[in-house]
Amino acid sequence: MSHLQPVPTGDVPAEAGVVSLASLLRLSARGDEQAFAELYDATSARVHGLVLRVVRDPAQSEEVTQEVYLQVWRTAARYDEARGSAMAWLMTLAHRRAVDRVRAAEAVNRQDTTYHQGSHVVSHDSTAEAAEQSMEARRVRSALVELTPVQREAIELAYFGGYTHTEVATMLDLPVGTAKTRIRDGLIRLRDAMGVGQ
Amino acid sequence: MTAHEIHALSGAYAVDALDDVERARFEAHLAECAECRAEVTSLQAATMLLAGLSETAPPPELRSRVLADIKTVRPLPPTVARITERRPRRWTSLLAAAAVIGAVGGGTAIWQDTHHGTSTRAPSAIDRVLEAADVQKVSQPLPHGAVATVFRSRSQSAAVLVTHNMPALPAGHVYELWFRDQHGTMVPAGLMAGGGNRTVLFEGNANNARGVGVTVEPAGGSKQPTTIPVALLNFEQST
Repeated sequence: MSHLQPVPTGDVPAEAGVVSLASLLRLSARGDEQAFAELYDATSARVHGLVLRVVRDPAQSEEVTQEVYLQVWRTAARYDEARGSAMAWLMTLAHRRAVDRVRAAEAVNRQDTTYHQGSHVVSHDSTAEAAEQSMEARRVRSALVELTPVQREAIELAYFGGYTHTEVATMLDLPVGTAKTRIRDGLIRLRDAMGVGQ
Repeated sequence: MTAHEIHALSGAYAVDALDDVERARFEAHLAECAECRAEVTSLQAATMLLAGLSETAPPPELRSRVLADIKTVRPLPPTVARITERRPRRWTSLLAAAAVIGAVGGGTAIWQDTHHGTSTRAPSAIDRVLEAADVQKVSQPLPHGAVATVFRSRSQSAAVLVTHNMPALPAGHVYELWFRDQHGTMVPAGLMAGGGNRTVLFEGNANNARGVGVTVEPAGGSKQPTTIPVALLNFEQST
């Protein structure tokens, strides 16, 4: 799948002239600022795109993206190739930070915010529109079609909305405890359809 | 929570859809379950594909800020397995998980394989509080994105503090936990060695406490608070 990807993932050996993200991370861990700048250039659109999608507020998203890269710089030595690609590691860090940010903000604002269920629901089209961007995105979109609507909605609310599985269950009128199963089943189906992480 | 139920959290963990307590518990499980580790890795690879659906370049200034920032930050060394050192198994799985998370800093690092524990354990006092049918929960956001959450179960006569992003402490200091009784008196209820993401059991019977407090005290703790509490939580506001 490597030739379809717009960004080197670190899944595959470096191609001619392209240093893998894993190598850039290793160099960064030794304090190589040039390598880190290359890593930033190769990944920041993905990282920031994800952060922005979860956090939504542009100024806060920039702060989170900045924190993510500082954390990547500090902890690059802790990246373990045996546990997934460098890109997956980076996106996992970014997602965790983005979610922590929205939940911390929510804890502060909880008193003066009325819960409005309808506004949380992500429309199915938001995924489809964004998916025009690349070949890989097109493959992801066709894989998403394989999911049941509930699986897809549960994953979108959790991953892009930053909601917990119990919140997702309430939003989708699922019995408590079943949203986590829908999320897991959906991710397994997506993983298998895309042939990743095996 | 049974073993089967905890396996089922892998997907929600991969998309960060667990609350702090579930996350700590699942990370403790991950340290001991190779099957779940492999599954989480593969599901995180799948979530990464979803992330690719929304690429947005950050503004150019951000690049300059990041590259200026890193000049002032020292990269951490690799994690080296410490085979001889064993943590006393006093607060069991949740604390082990909290320590693993806390060791990496910021509370946002993904799970690190530094913990080698035994595989079977009876539910700890902490687990029994968190899983009690009568558990009460009260949460308080603190400055700098920190959060303190207290769980109390009257049937277990116990309470548990879960912290998120608590600031690190100066050398020679600890966090001290307090029960606030019906007269407003603060009663010592144990110590917490540092900041970060932690899960600790309050010492003593929690049933008569109207609330709890957390203060910064000299190492070893104090008999009564000597500083203004960094957190004060009231059980009357619990859910």
